[in-house]
Amino acid sequence: MDVLFDNLDLYGVAFLGTIELFVLAGIGSLILGLLIAALRVSPVPALRVFGTLYVNVLRNTPLTLVLFFFAFAYPRLGLVDLSFFALAATGLTLYTAAFVCEVIRSGVNTVPVGQAEASRALGFTFTQTLSQVVLPQAVRAVVPPMTNIQIALLKNTTIAAGFSVVEAGGIYASLSERGYNVLIGLLWVALGFLILVVPLTLLQRRLDARWSVSR
Amino acid sequence: MTADTSSSSPARTPSGTPMIRMTGVDKHFGDLHVLRDINLEVARGQVVVVLGPSGSGKSTLCRAINRLEPIDSGEIAVDGTPLPAEGKALAGLRADVGMVFQSFNLFAHKTILENVTLAPQKVRRAKREDAEKAGMALLDRVGIANQKDKYPAQLSGGQQQRAAIARSLAMTPKVMLFDEPTSALDPEMVQEVLDTMTGLASDGMTMVVVTHEMGFARRAAHRVVFMSDGEIAEDSTPEAFFTKPDTDRARDFLGKILTH
Repeated sequence: MDVLFDNLDLYGVAFLGTIELFVLAGIGSLILGLLIAALRVSPVPALRVFGTLYVNVLRNTPLTLVLFFFAFAYPRLGLVDLSFFALAATGLTLYTAAFVCEVIRSGVNTVPVGQAEASRALGFTFTQTLSQVVLPQAVRAVVPPMTNIQIALLKNTTIAAGFSVVEAGGIYASLSERGYNVLIGLLWVALGFLILVVPLTLLQRRLDARWSVSR
Repeated sequence: MTADTSSSSPARTPSGTPMIRMTGVDKHFGDLHVLRDINLEVARGQVVVVLGPSGSGKSTLCRAINRLEPIDSGEIAVDGTPLPAEGKALAGLRADVGMVFQSFNLFAHKTILENVTLAPQKVRRAKREDAEKAGMALLDRVGIANQKDKYPAQLSGGQQQRAAIARSLAMTPKVMLFDEPTSALDPEMVQEVLDTMTGLASDGMTMVVVTHEMGFARRAAHRVVFMSDGEIAEDSTPEAFFTKPDTDRARDFLGKILTH
């Protein structure tokens, strides 16, 4: 208990950093992943190729490398100067979006092709077909795997601690500097993550229940 | 039925222009030559029934008219306008061409009324209350107004297909395509859908109907097109086709259908 209460400030700041990173990258990855998924199912071959390339490059690269790139290579490119926090959020967003895209695409594939045909035959554009007819039906198949991805993202944020971002994954380092028992300190961190995951699980349950009745 | 169509149909072409004109249309599915040099004109207000054995290309012909199936060569024009390439212009043309599918394809996540009002609102930019008023009138016309708040899966096949017809009509199409509209229905539900279609035909709608319903072809069609191996083998009146078909292929087909 002492480890926790003596360092409450440290835990507080660090977990706040975790939550900020998670929320930013979570929302960012959902939006970007949706856009990439739209590219991958679009009727334009060039867009499909770009979407496929994006997914395969980002999905096959270890997250540590992606964050390495943003922490050390990006600043040398002389582009917009960003804080380590912003760079970490960007890296996590780009990486997670590849997985989000694939989950959305598999959801799209659960919708019978006749639904899209009927909507095209009525004069809907590609974007309208996707947003009005296909995605609303794809979403119910997508909730459980999407929750998985977002939980993985939450835990992946700890890697950012390795790149000077104040984050729960870095608590152990500060604890050992202050001379506390690192093992106990880490148990508290683990408990913190468990508590953070609970709301996501509850959200999944609510969404599952909401969309399973409307058919 | 009086919703505004002027936004998407620029100038009314003279009534001499055929509603559908297909010239030299060819299409392959891999090695299969599914449409061979199809030349077909459908006049305004005409009801054409397309018959033929399975695999003869009749569904593909129907789906090519609104470019759900792209063609390899030839030209298709609807109301004088050649089919545009994929994009906004094509969507605009499809809005004027109603289509009814074998498997209904009602939007599973929308109620029956929402199914009928979605496209008028999103494609024609109709106001919600106007779309709902017109939609209710259409549901009434096809006899399922009391089902308006149900989801498609809660309706019988016949009711779903009538809802799908109402959904197409809500766009006030110039022409309606029916791709085997009764083939997925239980026998006792076929008649209610055919009655709805017969009503449409007598109201003067231009219709292309792919079907196996010989009764409907005799009763409602002005013209029968018989397809075989991707070609139009016969093109005549129902009377002539059913009593003295010209080709062996048609005689063979009728023999199999009418004697079972």
